[in-house]
Amino acid sequence: MTRCRYAKPLPKGPQSPGRYSSICLQCNGAQSGLIGKFKWEAALKSDEKVRSWEITSESNYLNRRQFILDAGLAAGAGLALASLPGDLRAQGRELDTVQGPYSTDEKPNSWQDVTTYNNFYEFGTGKEDPYRNAQDFVTSPWTVTVSGECGKPGNYAYEDIVGPHTFEDRIYRHRCVEAWSMVVPWVGFPLGDLLQRFEPGSDARFVRFKTLLDPKQMPGQRRAVLRWPYVEGLTMAEAMHPLTLMVVGVYGKELPNQNGAPLRLVTPWKYGFKGIKSIVEIEFTKRQPATSWETSAPREYGFYANVNPEVSHPRWSQARERRIGSGLFAEKQPTLMFNGYEEEVADLYAGLDLRKNF
Amino acid sequence: MSQGSIRFAKMLVFMVCLVPLGKLVLETFGIAGMSLGANPVETLLHRLGIWGLNFLLITLTVTPLRFITGKSWLLRFRRMLGLFAFFYVSMHFMVYAGLDQRFDLQAIFEDIAERPYITVGFAALVMLVPLALTSTNGMMRRLGRRWQKLHRLVYPIAILGVWHFYWQVKLDTLDATLYALALLSLLAYRLWRKYVRTAHARRTLQKPA
Repeated sequence: MTRCRYAKPLPKGPQSPGRYSSICLQCNGAQSGLIGKFKWEAALKSDEKVRSWEITSESNYLNRRQFILDAGLAAGAGLALASLPGDLRAQGRELDTVQGPYSTDEKPNSWQDVTTYNNFYEFGTGKEDPYRNAQDFVTSPWTVTVSGECGKPGNYAYEDIVGPHTFEDRIYRHRCVEAWSMVVPWVGFPLGDLLQRFEPGSDARFVRFKTLLDPKQMPGQRRAVLRWPYVEGLTMAEAMHPLTLMVVGVYGKELPNQNGAPLRLVTPWKYGFKGIKSIVEIEFTKRQPATSWETSAPREYGFYANVNPEVSHPRWSQARERRIGSGLFAEKQPTLMFNGYEEEVADLYAGLDLRKNF
Repeated sequence: MSQGSIRFAKMLVFMVCLVPLGKLVLETFGIAGMSLGANPVETLLHRLGIWGLNFLLITLTVTPLRFITGKSWLLRFRRMLGLFAFFYVSMHFMVYAGLDQRFDLQAIFEDIAERPYITVGFAALVMLVPLALTSTNGMMRRLGRRWQKLHRLVYPIAILGVWHFYWQVKLDTLDATLYALALLSLLAYRLWRKYVRTAHARRTLQKPA
């Protein structure tokens, strides 16, 4: 049996930041590696057929000695070590996608709406602040630290996170806790598929996510509007639900920075603030994580944050929503239970008092 | 300042006060590439509300400014500024009632009754109405002393207005806090001045003849 040529053993002992394994998680270093390679390539448009395994990311480059050592061990002597040009995740790059399930047939909001009307407090609290302030945000290289109750903790490069997955187009309704809504054509893959690869243990009852903490790049973090870094969490059942998406793009293109590049969460039956952006940490926990909004205003925002027209925010009604892009004279539309995904997710909350667990 | 130059300055101030409205009109109709953004109703609502509050605070700045500079002609602008505050606040309410709630009276009443920040804002608007109605020279003459008493309502109105703003902010209360501080200093100035003057008057009275 040949080992995956791109495999590299996971670093042993305590993790040092910036180091990650570029092990092919798909075959886990046990197969030929062709699956991983094929899938990685699939993420690239045909006119940019740079094989992803030929590209040396910056962090890989900085760790090249270790890399060479590992590469030697892995018998993959033919690995191209020269760093090839081109930021693979330059803004607006087209992604290869397939049609995913659960898409609504409602008309998606315009690119303009989706990319200029955002809540991303790391870049400012105004709706257009993220669009203005996130343009120079550096999302490559990007490392995600996986920790907690799982079999494969470690630091993973963006490429390793998304590599094995097929990107799907999914048009979801998006309902903000502020009573406005959009329809967004996301590109992503089921979060559950990703989490499975880390082999969550039986003690893993929740997943906790963290956004990058970098006040230099994220001007919004220079003021303590929320406690930084932003933290969000899901129950394991919610995280594994097929609706839950790890999002890498929108409108068939890579995620613009203001939308949470390079990796963000989307849970369409929950209020938008659950969709944590620019994720750098995934932790499997026994206990329910203390999430950012819940911590800052526990009376107003709960852990579950399921869209529910019957449970008002203490200061405003959630019964109706304003659809962005519907114009100055449009009527608000009624908000649907679980944002219209009741059929899919209601059984996750069987027996739970949704008024108390808002 | 002469009568002529005051009249000219008033016209100028009037035009300047219309600039925020003008900008909104351009944005509403998409003139010169301007736009209200992705959520036009919200933009209109917030901008009109903020300008209502701005004009309230500007109006409250006139009197202190007059005492500090000693230029009593400043008072000649106070009525116009106050009426602009009323104008922007009314527009704010009209956008809320018309565009946001589409004149659904039941929904509006529910909002006013159940949402404290709307209750507070609506109270401020209601109290502004008599002030606007009694802003004419004729009413001032007719009401005499009571006019000034009535127009002290502007203080609770401003407090309710800032409160309304503070309460509707989701989390980032920086702007609202700055408005609160501005209002606080305007009110504090008046209290301080009153204190100084009564103290002075008392001293004067106590002096032996």
